[in-house]
Amino acid sequence: MAGRRERLLHPAAWWLWGLGLATAASRTMNPALLLLVIGVCVLLVSERRDPAAPNPLRAFLVLGGVIIVLRVLITIVLGNGVYGDTILFTLPRIPLPEWAAGVRLGGPVALEPILYAVYDSLRLTAILACVGAANALASPRRMLRHLPATLYDVGTAVVVGLTFAPRLLTDARAVHKARALRGHDGHGPREVARLAVPVLETAFERSLGLAASMESRGYGRLVTSTRASRRLATALALTGLTGVLAGLYGLLDASVGGALGLPLLLAGVLLAGASLIVGASKEERTGHHRDPWSWAETATVCAGGVPAAVLVLGSVQGWDGILAPQTATLPPVPLTAVLAIVVAASPAFFTPRPRPQVDA
Amino acid sequence: MISFEHVTVRYPESSTPALDDVTLQVPEGELVLVVGPTGSGKSTLLRCVNGLVPHFSGGLLSGSVLVEGLDTRGHRPRDLATVVGLVEQNPVSTFVTDVVEDEIAYGMETLGLAPATIRRRVEETLDLFGLTPLRSRALGSLSGGQQQRVAIAAVFAAGPRILVLDEPTSALDPVAAEEVLASLDRIVHDLGTTVVLAEHRLERVIHHADRVVLLEAGRTSPLLDPADAMRISPIHPPVVALARLAAWDPPPLSIRDARRRVGELRRRLAGAEPPEPRPTRADPALTLSGTRVLRGRRVVLDRLDLTVEQGSVTALMGRNGAGKSTLLGAVGAQLPVAGGRVRVGAGQLDPHALPARERVHLVGMVPQQPDLLLYTERVADECLSADRDFDVAPGTTADLLETIAGPIDPTRHPRDLSEGQRLELALAVILAGGPEVLLLDEPTRGLDYGAKHRLATLLARLAEAGTTIVLATHDVEMVAETADRVVILADGEIVADGPVRQVLAASPAFAPQVTKVLHPQTWLTVDDVAAALGRSA
Repeated sequence: MAGRRERLLHPAAWWLWGLGLATAASRTMNPALLLLVIGVCVLLVSERRDPAAPNPLRAFLVLGGVIIVLRVLITIVLGNGVYGDTILFTLPRIPLPEWAAGVRLGGPVALEPILYAVYDSLRLTAILACVGAANALASPRRMLRHLPATLYDVGTAVVVGLTFAPRLLTDARAVHKARALRGHDGHGPREVARLAVPVLETAFERSLGLAASMESRGYGRLVTSTRASRRLATALALTGLTGVLAGLYGLLDASVGGALGLPLLLAGVLLAGASLIVGASKEERTGHHRDPWSWAETATVCAGGVPAAVLVLGSVQGWDGILAPQTATLPPVPLTAVLAIVVAASPAFFTPRPRPQVDA
Repeated sequence: MISFEHVTVRYPESSTPALDDVTLQVPEGELVLVVGPTGSGKSTLLRCVNGLVPHFSGGLLSGSVLVEGLDTRGHRPRDLATVVGLVEQNPVSTFVTDVVEDEIAYGMETLGLAPATIRRRVEETLDLFGLTPLRSRALGSLSGGQQQRVAIAAVFAAGPRILVLDEPTSALDPVAAEEVLASLDRIVHDLGTTVVLAEHRLERVIHHADRVVLLEAGRTSPLLDPADAMRISPIHPPVVALARLAAWDPPPLSIRDARRRVGELRRRLAGAEPPEPRPTRADPALTLSGTRVLRGRRVVLDRLDLTVEQGSVTALMGRNGAGKSTLLGAVGAQLPVAGGRVRVGAGQLDPHALPARERVHLVGMVPQQPDLLLYTERVADECLSADRDFDVAPGTTADLLETIAGPIDPTRHPRDLSEGQRLELALAVILAGGPEVLLLDEPTRGLDYGAKHRLATLLARLAEAGTTIVLATHDVEMVAETADRVVILADGEIVADGPVRQVLAASPAFAPQVTKVLHPQTWLTVDDVAAALGRSA
């Protein structure tokens, strides 16, 4: 294959697919459904991951695991306002002064609040898995090329940030290994604290290097840069960004509720769309090698849209088993929702398979 | 093309200017080489050309830098991107995209070239730099030489009239370095691009240069003819040192020129014998038997056998990615061993079985980035913390540092030291543990000839005292100066192993300059030749 580059699915298709699945995950607290979502993400990534991009899914899953553990620990000590009958054990209660009457420290620990904490943080983990999967399936840097000019500068900053985090892990490993050369091979919290300074220093130095490279290669250069046009571009970028963020918030946070969520989403999309259209007319940056959009992309987006639609509908209509019960029983698993999430796994079979790369 | 008028650059934290009243005119279409010791202001000079100094770095610039008539005071680096391309020292940290082809297109996209033009130029650039087979490869999966070529290609593709490169071959093996320089030669000769280049390894680049600028403590010489520059430069490649010894004038810059004049010197050396290799003790200090090491799922070393004698200096050589660092990592217990045995020291202990606290007295390692070993904010604190780490009397590390590097201001931040001083600090830290075996991974990267010579002297002294030294390096001249034995690795296998003289003289890629010039006689260094002639170099 010396030469022709393999066909990869359009990055936007993967990101829309991930957004759909994340929306679905955000609407349920049923552990079976959430685990299914995570499973679909893992399957897709192992089948169709972009070989040129780093694979952050594992890191995102580890982060999710940490969140679950922390939430459970905090719930055990502080409780979370969920009432439960099934007392597991009792911690010594620490009396608090009057003004902190609403806060409990220690005391009886029930199963129900712990389950609630697990389900709730599992939901966050599932959403993280969707983001991680989208990252691994289509590198955010590839996505960047499809961003319109108004969002391009902000987008680049976001992408650099996204790649910054996984690099921190690599650095931490290198520094930890180097610490062993000075006779430290501990894993305690003090050891981790010692890692922080060299890891951050390395990361800052690399970021500065990248920034200098982008600067000298013409990043952020507007060929006709008058003051007015630069101001307009900034305003447009901010408006578009606000719109997109508001839209995402409306989409992903069920607690905003249908009354506020939908209008917020619509307003966000409108704002973003408007700024993008105005911005596109000022487009001066050009693209090389735009990915084509064909039936496989449309099908992938639909595959992500199906679970989103089904679960939003389910949560609005209050189907059994979409929201977890606040009792210590396993919730029923709605078959329609399961099928909808399984549909999201279908791109693992009909999209073009990226060829694995030979390591040199 | 480029003109510096009385340029002085001062950084706020420094009392002396980084550049001091530099006036310089670089004509169009020439390859100009900037020569100077570390810390003399080479990087500052190069970064002035596209305005990164002072726009990005801060600092105060007086005088003016004009590039194709554009003043860098009024134009930011991004505005000059169509005129000047800058390739920085470490290509990996400058990549913006993930894939070779996208990286090459990136600059043109930000400049807003037409898509059809971009497509055409991407193809042309891939061909020009021999990157076509790699076009869809992930940047992270490339070897160092390939990454460097992509970095140059990516900057070149945007079509600048001037290309500025900072140490483009320092991290590369001799063959990869030749590939990079051949690409540069092509764009200078065929396309008339002006190239400004700084490089420590003069033996690789001096014969490609049209003009040389000597830089010393921020002051520049005028633009010199390379032979004239080498007549006076304190920094010069071995072939020039040999020419000074033999009183050839003007000094030859390439092996070919030198061989035309070598007849008389060869006759004078005919009776003399190169010095005998240093005798080493026969006890093994390092034994690898059937060693197998994996990186991820890739087998890097498989069934490798190697024994190193106590008190010897062994150089590991080979292409980028041949398994040199992996071998060192396995010995230093930085990488797990998947099979076979690793035994170190007089007691033949397994370093992997020891806790880190005890291991450091058995085997010490200075990694490729010595910075990774340094954590504190002052040199003095670093020395004290090393004393504590290795359970030695307070002051031991500071004394070692003084012997290795000479006086260094103890209040300085380790990251503000020069590359050579940082290496010396890391070395002092590791030596505080008094390891029986010392491992060095690419120790000469970024070192000038002076720092390299100091390192060579130190290694010889350590070996004399019984420390076993293994160094992985691309630096042929360093190997010729220090090593007793050379092991060449290719794809994780030992392809050549023997006394330094035999192995280096027999290899076309790894022969040092003096050997190439005096072939078929097998002299390695100018010092050896000088001793044979009964004179000092």
